[in-house]
Amino acid sequence: MQYTGARIVLEILKENDIDTIFGYPGGAILPIYDELYTGSHGIRSIRGAHEQGTAHAADAYARVTGKTGVVLATSGPGATNLVTALATAQADSVPLVAITGNTSMDLIGKDSFQEVYIAGITMPVTKHNFVVRDVAALAPSLRRAFEIAQEGRCGAVLVDIPKNILTQATTFTKPKKKRAPAYRARKSDIRKLAALINASTRPLLYFGGGVIAGGASNMLLSLCMEANLPACHTLMGTGALPSDCPYNLGLAGMHGRRSVAKAIDECDLLVAIGTRFSDRVALSGKDFAHEAKRVHIDIDDAEISKNIRISLGIQADAADVLAQLAPLVEPKARTAWFDRLHKLQDMLDKPDPYASIPGLSPMYILDRLAQAAQEDAILVTDVGQHQIWAAQRYPFRYPKTLITPGGLGTMGFGMGASVGAKLAAPQKQVFLITGDGSFHMDLIELATAVRYGLAVKVIVLDNESLGMVRQWQHLQYGGRYAESDDVGTTDFAAVARAFGAQGTNADTCAAFDAALATAMQADGPFVIHCKIDKRIEVSPLLQESGGHILMR
Amino acid sequence: MEKYILSVLVSNQSGVLSRVSSLFGQRGYNIASLTVSATNNDAISRITLVVRGDEYILEQIVKQLSKLEDVVKVHKVDVQNALCRELLLLKVAIDPSTLTKVKEAAELFRAKIIDVAPASIILELTGQESKIDAFLEFLSPYTIIEMCRTGITAMERGSGAVL
Repeated sequence: MQYTGARIVLEILKENDIDTIFGYPGGAILPIYDELYTGSHGIRSIRGAHEQGTAHAADAYARVTGKTGVVLATSGPGATNLVTALATAQADSVPLVAITGNTSMDLIGKDSFQEVYIAGITMPVTKHNFVVRDVAALAPSLRRAFEIAQEGRCGAVLVDIPKNILTQATTFTKPKKKRAPAYRARKSDIRKLAALINASTRPLLYFGGGVIAGGASNMLLSLCMEANLPACHTLMGTGALPSDCPYNLGLAGMHGRRSVAKAIDECDLLVAIGTRFSDRVALSGKDFAHEAKRVHIDIDDAEISKNIRISLGIQADAADVLAQLAPLVEPKARTAWFDRLHKLQDMLDKPDPYASIPGLSPMYILDRLAQAAQEDAILVTDVGQHQIWAAQRYPFRYPKTLITPGGLGTMGFGMGASVGAKLAAPQKQVFLITGDGSFHMDLIELATAVRYGLAVKVIVLDNESLGMVRQWQHLQYGGRYAESDDVGTTDFAAVARAFGAQGTNADTCAAFDAALATAMQADGPFVIHCKIDKRIEVSPLLQESGGHILMR
Repeated sequence: MEKYILSVLVSNQSGVLSRVSSLFGQRGYNIASLTVSATNNDAISRITLVVRGDEYILEQIVKQLSKLEDVVKVHKVDVQNALCRELLLLKVAIDPSTLTKVKEAAELFRAKIIDVAPASIILELTGQESKIDAFLEFLSPYTIIEMCRTGITAMERGSGAVL
């Protein structure tokens, strides 16, 4: 079969069961858009307002569905606008394939209009990238791109295709069936791990996004229940265990629970699953879990002993390890350890000091949202105080219900990501919790939500400041609030209406309750603009200080 | 800091060298030298890397390199059992008073004279790092016009192969 390059791109998308793609057209990518025009391929094309938000939408689509997200962009600025989104997906191990057009081969290297060497630019923020210089290499490169995005630890891949390759025709043949490599743990390692768990009197599981990506959440819960094992998690692991599960001690790290930090200090065995001991969690670096034997299970071998020295490293899929481990672990009461953990909670986890302040607070908003929302609702966040408040306060019960840019910490992620999340799960409620700083960065994607009639409910926690920046300035810079105060007095409800969405302001608890009730009934996007006090801070805030963890 | 030699087999794709060097820049690893050589397989090139660090950094370098799509194999060279060679091209200024001494030095180190001009000669020397260092030290009293020194290429003794 003779197909053009553009047609081949769509054929490969279909081979990979891609039914929705995100993108923004432009000169160099037009052959693909022209091929999409008839709609005969059964691929839904979503056009965002800006390539960055569009790519965040593809990223969130992947986070919610588990499938590979696809984003198209044109050459030059279209391609460079993807960079932050690729880095975001890569940092959180999200399978994302970006397809960029480029100037035709005869114009490459001549600083032509909208020409940029995007492969060079994106090399450090992707798992791999391709420049297709021959139409015969197009199908193999694209097929490999989709394999790489999903193989082992998922990540971002970019395929750059010069325009003339998209219009040239070549023989297209169906792919050979290939089996994806399996990441199985060695039986001997599993036996060692089981022996360590069975011998431990103070074991602690510590899990991250890898458990969710590996579809191992249920298996983790059964392991906790069967072997009586307490567990804590990273921001990215939120939702893998229900927040009200008695084995789930909660969030670890900088804004995690004080009792969890202490439990990590006191445990004699730490089993890390699908997490990478990032500096936001392993605050004290090499002293993290210093009394414990440390076991690290990760699909990416390079993570093992990267940040923390490990006694036993197992490169494997989390689900495979948990499946093999289940029959070998013995149920132990560990009464003394659980008593100690409960005592730590009673001693250290004081109620949030800001939860009791009168008036509208983030805590009130999140509590009300938790009451009103369906159990499996998806919360998308941007980055800052609102993100941490949501993670700490909202009772997440299922994996893939917190969609947040954890690794890169990308302000401006949320609105685009909400679009992708709602398209991925139209039957679920999708809420964006954002702040005035972040929302200023990404509110243009409201236009996309309006365009596709997506009932994303946006709650803007507006403290007229860049709250997290301000908090650090409060803490470390003597209250010199350089550029973090007086962010602006934008009326986000009015902005929403200008975009064709609905919007309302809420400055009191009663007003918020009414606004939320209205928003829940709305068919399309709805923005609730909440004014909150800028003096409300994130608590706790744990820091490393002279080899100790300082708990604020 | 220890010095380690890695033989990295890579597929002959454009951009592969920048991927490898970008990885070192990105993660702050030190490269002492890097050479790229053809191999007996047209599809594969061999990058010989000399890196500085400790066992922990070396392990990370090997793991991170192995993750690159175009890297076929990473092999830590057993330095005790390997032949490590560099190539030196050296252009030395000569006059009637120094010509004989420079020629003697070349003979002593078994360097080849590969070009002779009225006021300069070019010497070629292959050898291990210490030999090249010693030769350069020996010639330091003379005027060096230009110097080119490759990094190390290495091969282990015996009938085995990296791939």
